[in-house]
Amino acid sequence: MSQSAIMDRAIDAWMEEDVDVVQETENYRRGTLKKITFIVILLFIAIIAAGFAMSIGTYPIDFLDTYRIVWDHFFGEIQDADADYQIDEWRLPRICTGILAGIGLAAAGVVMQSILRNPLADPYTTGISSGASFGATLAIGFGISIANGAYAIVIGAFVFSLIPTVVILAVSKMRGASPTTMIMAGIAVMYIFNAMTTMIKLFVSPDQLAAIFAWSVGSIDGATWTQVGTMLTFVTVGYLVLQLSARKLNVLSTGDESSRSIGIDANKLRLVSLLVVSFLTAGVVSFTGLIGFIGLVSPHICRLVIGSDNRYLIPASAAFGAALLTIADVIGRTVIQPSTIQVGVITAFIGGPLFLYLIIKQRRGS
Amino acid sequence: MSIISLKDVTFGYSDKEVLSGVSFDIDEPGFISIIGPNGVGKSTLIKLIDGIIKPTSGSIEICDRPLEEYTLKELSKVVGYVPVMASDFNVMSVLDTVLIGRYSHQRWRTTPQDIAVAVKALKAMEIDDLIDRDFNALSAGQRQKVSISRGLVQESKILMLDEPTANLDIRHQLYVSEFLRKLSDRTGMTCFTVSHDLNLAAKYATKVIVLQRPGKIYAIGDPRDVITERMIHDVYDVDCDIVDDHGTPHVILQGVLEESR
Repeated sequence: MSQSAIMDRAIDAWMEEDVDVVQETENYRRGTLKKITFIVILLFIAIIAAGFAMSIGTYPIDFLDTYRIVWDHFFGEIQDADADYQIDEWRLPRICTGILAGIGLAAAGVVMQSILRNPLADPYTTGISSGASFGATLAIGFGISIANGAYAIVIGAFVFSLIPTVVILAVSKMRGASPTTMIMAGIAVMYIFNAMTTMIKLFVSPDQLAAIFAWSVGSIDGATWTQVGTMLTFVTVGYLVLQLSARKLNVLSTGDESSRSIGIDANKLRLVSLLVVSFLTAGVVSFTGLIGFIGLVSPHICRLVIGSDNRYLIPASAAFGAALLTIADVIGRTVIQPSTIQVGVITAFIGGPLFLYLIIKQRRGS
Repeated sequence: MSIISLKDVTFGYSDKEVLSGVSFDIDEPGFISIIGPNGVGKSTLIKLIDGIIKPTSGSIEICDRPLEEYTLKELSKVVGYVPVMASDFNVMSVLDTVLIGRYSHQRWRTTPQDIAVAVKALKAMEIDDLIDRDFNALSAGQRQKVSISRGLVQESKILMLDEPTANLDIRHQLYVSEFLRKLSDRTGMTCFTVSHDLNLAAKYATKVIVLQRPGKIYAIGDPRDVITERMIHDVYDVDCDIVDDHGTPHVILQGVLEESR
């Protein structure tokens, strides 16, 4: 075929009005279905894990009965008052806290990785969790916060979580700043906040120190419905904003300049996303302390299975985070019964080796 | 109607002026090649026209409307951009990567119409067989063609391409250059390319813009008038011979000269 004929064919292909894409559309639909199925499976695992978590405790409840008890409590007639008390008063608030923390941290992790275009970004590694943790420690240790009452800790956490956010944004405005520079700035802020949090611990009373310690290791012990209500507000609002930004986040991952030419203001989207991530992280960290690896590992594993389309990756990671945290809680409460290992310790034990394995596997693959 | 009009456009960073007093009008659709030595502001110029960066002073009009009056979504339907080297963070298939270029045309869901446009672009770039492959697992040349496909699916009136043939072998350099020229001839789309290959610019461009240090226009016009031994001597500090290749200037490089600056 002559050069001219090849080119005419190419231009004809581009200008063709009725192109047959039945096969491609079907393949695309199948791909979407696979992603949705993955999310549903993760939700199912989270629900099963929640049932197991509810069955564990000094008052034994059969695994399948836990679902019936929850159903009866909210929609039916309570049949076993003791079991209902155990679940409603102690176990369900704890599990809800774990699920909400998993959703919040994992969704925040996906978005951090997308906006900073770095697989190591999450609220923890960018200092946002440390900022929130410092704000919460300040409120717990000295009662210092810009708000009073039930919201004192969470508002304090949110305000201080904004400091790493501002630093990351300031660095992003610098000429020649790369996503790696932004994450390194976040790590620097993380160390500063961790040092400041340690300083606070030197000046508080032994009782307050114990309270700070129990909270800071990443725990969902002693959760209450009031706490779940506040977390639910933060996580729902934050999650919905991020989910609605999913398509924009897909565009942003092509780079700032490309994004702008496709119709997205990268700086504005990064600002809004970081504010929402701070809000979400503060809403979680204030009640659970620092729980590492959820925000890092969940998006990473889900990305390997369903790819990076944020429209599906955000819900998949959120479901994965919820399942992982619930499973971690089950493990923490069963391995050294009757004592409990804090969930943050378990997630680090599961997440650390898992993350190492993924890095090594990917290196070998490449 | 003026397609692109720049009036006394200057751009610089705090410590360095990159472009100064750049003015030109493009009144007819065509394949326009911007040439010039490294660091002279070629990429800066196309980023200014695409609204990616804002000029320090001067004005830019696209289709007789000041650039600053466009919303980003509106502008993305008028001016598309293909970066010099696409490297996405995302793990996405080639199809999904190209579909990102449809952002301004889409709502939440991807429609069969979007898929049809993406498939047409991939076929036009001869890479429709890569449709389900992972974008980041492709070679640099294949990624370049995916990136051009992503620019095409914006269906804009003007397409800015920063060194679109940089990672391509000679067949694909010719293919992409001729495709862009024919696209312009048959659809009335205006293609701007930054290029270091003077012979490709001479063969395919309808108009050449030559930039010289420090960020000024040396010449603008038909490649036969602009690509001369004198221009290459003045702008590139290179000695060369120009021979006539069926009415097109063909550059035969001889050697480097002492840098004038």
